[in-house]
Amino acid sequence: MMSRIHAKVFLYHLLAIVLGILAIIPFLWMISTSLKSGGALLVVPIEWFPKEPTIQAYEKLFALTGMLRSIGNSLVVTAGAVLVALFSSSMAAFAFSKIRFKGSGFLFMLFIASMMLPSHVLFIPLYLIMNDLHLVDTLFALILPYTFKAFAVFMLRQQMMNIPDAYLDAAAIDGASLFRSFITIFLPLCKTALATLAIIIAMDAWNDYLLPLVLMTSPKNYTLPIILNALSGQFKTAYDLLMAGSLISVVPLLIIYIGAQRYFASGLQIGGVKG
Amino acid sequence: MSIQGRRGIRVALPYLLPSLLGALLFAILPIIISLLLSVTNWSGMSRVRLTDGFLKFVAENFVGLENTKAILGDGEFWRALSHNLYFIVLYLPLMLALSMTAALIINAPNRGANLYRVVYYLPVLTSWVAGSLIWKWLLSPVYGPINNALAIIGIEGPLWLQSEVWAMPSIVLASIWKDMGFYAMILLGGLKSINVEYYEAARIDGASKAQVFARITLPLLSSVLFYVSMLSMINAFQLFPQVMVMTKEGNAGPNGATMVMVERIYKYAFRYGKMGYAAAYSWILFVIIMAFTYIQKRGERRWVNYDV
Repeated sequence: MMSRIHAKVFLYHLLAIVLGILAIIPFLWMISTSLKSGGALLVVPIEWFPKEPTIQAYEKLFALTGMLRSIGNSLVVTAGAVLVALFSSSMAAFAFSKIRFKGSGFLFMLFIASMMLPSHVLFIPLYLIMNDLHLVDTLFALILPYTFKAFAVFMLRQQMMNIPDAYLDAAAIDGASLFRSFITIFLPLCKTALATLAIIIAMDAWNDYLLPLVLMTSPKNYTLPIILNALSGQFKTAYDLLMAGSLISVVPLLIIYIGAQRYFASGLQIGGVKG
Repeated sequence: MSIQGRRGIRVALPYLLPSLLGALLFAILPIIISLLLSVTNWSGMSRVRLTDGFLKFVAENFVGLENTKAILGDGEFWRALSHNLYFIVLYLPLMLALSMTAALIINAPNRGANLYRVVYYLPVLTSWVAGSLIWKWLLSPVYGPINNALAIIGIEGPLWLQSEVWAMPSIVLASIWKDMGFYAMILLGGLKSINVEYYEAARIDGASKAQVFARITLPLLSSVLFYVSMLSMINAFQLFPQVMVMTKEGNAGPNGATMVMVERIYKYAFRYGKMGYAAAYSWILFVIIMAFTYIQKRGERRWVNYDV
């Protein structure tokens, strides 16, 4: 009996580890490559681990014009996107959950329906709109679309529906305005949902490819994925450089992800629609 | 503020304003503009101002359904569509099986399940540009570890992304690596929502593990599985960044082997200067996605179990 249970646990871990290795090997290869010098890349049989590890690739990478700037751009866009999305979505969610007005249900339905809109239909007109707003090739163009994030409104509305109206009545008796109650009572009570959304939106903004590809025309405004894309065209086989760049682009999200495990465990399923 | 103070559109409007402005500028207006552009032959070269005579511009360059006819009459469109379908056929079953396995592993009460959850999710955190570069390097025919590992067991690996036959399967491989954790998380949500009493009842009745999985887990998970297969299909039709980065050389892979629809739309719009054509193309893709979603939805009744 005992050995049967052991065999089961063994099989479980075997399967789990095989899948885990499949998931993680590309990362190990990325790290290994980024620690090689140019010559060590092109030897057969390959060096699975760098024989003479070096951080040359990272030095070369940061010496490239625009690299540091693109990291800065990505940080600005990501922070901006998170702030803008949380601000506008939580306000809208408050209106949908706690203020009664004609057409509320219908408007909310329209919001939900918009989640079906694929981004491939939107990027050409978005370019034109940004052009008219004189925002093409500015970081604002990457941040402003986050004012409308239907799934964030949806998620926060669910959360706010669970907060009793009595809180608002009590705050009103104390003389607090509606907006003040929103800021001081509702937002703190939605902390978990807000944190989960912040992570999902940060991932989106940090990793986005299509919009910055279309909207950022000069290299000084490139975000990290776009400069990586450009570098891969420029240095076709300099994989030490490209892997170092890829690693740098992954690390910030990795830190956030591991630091915010409990939010992920609770709220991630709701963000099932990409973009 | 009393209940009375929480009524009426005038109270609600300030709260809705940022989202409504966003919706107007970045969702509603783009739909209208895109529809209008799709019936013009705008090249992208001439400057178009939305605020200055846009409708006049549309009227002057109006070509009706010419774009749609031209696209549907072009063999290249059908080729791109067939590549998308080929991708889905290879990707969907494997992705479903692996993400289901991953979800079951994470959901098991064993030690280590939490660690596995973190590991399976790592590729999801990676941007598609980084992920594509990693895979391009993994699949490098001479210097890549995959072919070197195959060589150790005496197999000569294919040219992967540089081979017309293997280019698409390579993209599928990278996509499954990237997406498995994402769909596993959604499936995990479904697994967690299954009432444990069913499992207890089955245990008391002496059901085997396989029976429990086939008779309880799968039927009760069918609605989530349905959602995942629908979502992943919609996303698969919009396959784009991995193709752009992994098969940058040539015109979408060797002999166009990884030419897919969104890649075509992007290139027609921003490389070949055919904005109107590209806009029409994007609506055709939208209709195709809707049609497939509808067919899947019709099939839903056959295998999805909602009565619990």
